[in-house]
Amino acid sequence: MTIDSSPVKFTPALPGQPVPEIRTISGGRPVFRAELPDGRIAWLVSGYESVRQMVIDQRFSRALAVAPGRAQPGFEMSAAGSISGTDPPEHTRLRKLVASAFTVRRVEALRPRVASIVSQLIDAMAGRPQPADLVASFSLPLPAQVICEMLGVPAEDTDQFHAWSDAIIGDWQRDAGEMMTAAAELYGYFGTLIETKRAQPADDLMTALIAARDDADRLSEHELTAMCCALLIAGHETTANHINLSLLLLLDHPGQVATLRADPELIPGAVEELLRCTRLGGLPPARVTTEDVRLGGVTIPAGELVIPLYSTANRDRSVFIDPDRLDITRDAVGHLAFGAGVHHCLGAQLARLELQEAFRGLIGRLPGLRLAVPAGDLEFKPGMAIHSLRELPVRWDES
Amino acid sequence: MSRWRISVDKDLCIGSALCVGIAPDRFVLDERQRSGPVEAEIDPDELVRDAAASCPSEAISLIDADTGQPVDLD
Repeated sequence: MTIDSSPVKFTPALPGQPVPEIRTISGGRPVFRAELPDGRIAWLVSGYESVRQMVIDQRFSRALAVAPGRAQPGFEMSAAGSISGTDPPEHTRLRKLVASAFTVRRVEALRPRVASIVSQLIDAMAGRPQPADLVASFSLPLPAQVICEMLGVPAEDTDQFHAWSDAIIGDWQRDAGEMMTAAAELYGYFGTLIETKRAQPADDLMTALIAARDDADRLSEHELTAMCCALLIAGHETTANHINLSLLLLLDHPGQVATLRADPELIPGAVEELLRCTRLGGLPPARVTTEDVRLGGVTIPAGELVIPLYSTANRDRSVFIDPDRLDITRDAVGHLAFGAGVHHCLGAQLARLELQEAFRGLIGRLPGLRLAVPAGDLEFKPGMAIHSLRELPVRWDES
Repeated sequence: MSRWRISVDKDLCIGSALCVGIAPDRFVLDERQRSGPVEAEIDPDELVRDAAASCPSEAISLIDADTGQPVDLD
C-alpha cells in the first residue's frame, strides 16, 4: 500500500493549457490521493460512475468541507451556512425556499425576457464599430441583468458587485485577505439592500426571501443574506464564461456553426454538448467524508477531503462515444456539467435558457462571427477558480 | 394515516438526482439516469415531500391514496 498512500501532485490546468490526461496521473485508478497546488491532500474522483455515485451520496459532506479550519478563503469560506455549503436537512430547507423560482416551468416563462435582453445587447453591439468585446458587451451583461432582475438588485451596481465576485471566486494564487474583504463587502452590500427591500417590497426573489424570513421564520437573517450573495455570485460569472468558452470551442468547428445557423432547432442539443465539452474551471467544490466510504475500489477514510472531477465524467469513454470530439448533434443528455444530487446546480435551467438564447442571437444575427485576435492572444484573469476571459474581441460580416 | 402514491414523470425528469440525494431509500435512477420510486406506495415520509418540493422539473407527483388528491408539498 506504500504506492497508493503517496499522493500524486495535481495542478488543475490553467485556462488555455491542455487538460492533464487524468488516466496518466491516476494510473488508471478512478479514485486516488493527490496533493493540490496549495499543499492540501485530497482524494480526486474521476470517471462517470464514480463521480455520479459520490455526489449523490450524503456521506460526502459540503458542510464539513466549508467548516472553519477546513474551508479555503474566498468562496468556500463564504459558503459556510449557505445553500452551497450545507447538507440535508439544513440544505433541503434552504433549497426549498428558492427551488420554485428555478423550475423548468418558471424559467421557461422568462424566455421572452431573456430573448429581448439578448436582442438589445446585439443591437447595441451592431451599432458600434467593430471589433466588439463580447465579454463587456454581451456575455457578462446578459446573465448579470437576468439575475439582477430576478433577485431585485439594481442593475447599475453591476460593476461594483462584479469586482467583489471576481475576488471571491479566486483560486489558490489569490491573496486570502483580498478574497475575504470582498466577501465581507458583498455581504454588507446585501445587508443594506435587504433593509431597503423590507421598507419597499417588490415583485422579486429577494422580497420573497425576506417574507420567508420575517413572516414564516424559515431562515435566519444570516441565511437570508448568504442566500442573496450565493445567488448573485453563482448567477453571472459562471454563465458569462460558459458563453465565452462555448463560443470559443464552437468557432473552432466552422462546419458545426454552419449546421447550427441552418437549423436553429439544434440549439438546445448543441448547448448540452457544449456544456459537456467545456471545462469552466479548475477544481470543483470539495466534500469531506462523514464516515469511511468505499468508492471506485478504495476505502476513503472518514474526515478526508474529496473532489469530484466532473470534466472526466463528461469525457468518459464508457458513456460518450469519442468523447473528446465536439458533435452538436449527439445526445449529450446525462452529462454532469451541473453536478447531481442535492447540490445539482440550482440555476441549471436558467443557465440553459440563457445559453440557448445567447447562441440563437449570436449565431442567428451575426453572420461570419469570428475572433478578432488570434486565440493564443486571449487573456484569462489570473487567480480565478473559473476560467474567466478578460476580453473576447469578435468581428462579423456586416449585412 | 393515509398512504402516499409516488410517481415520477420520466419525460419531465432531467436526471438531476436531487430526489435520490434527499431520499436515497425512496428514489432510484434507471440506466438512462431518470428517477423512479423504489416503492410506488408508502407511508407518509417528509423526505419524499421534500424531494417532490425540490424537484427542478416538478416531475414527482405525490397523491394521497385515500382521497386521490395531491399531497400538499409546502
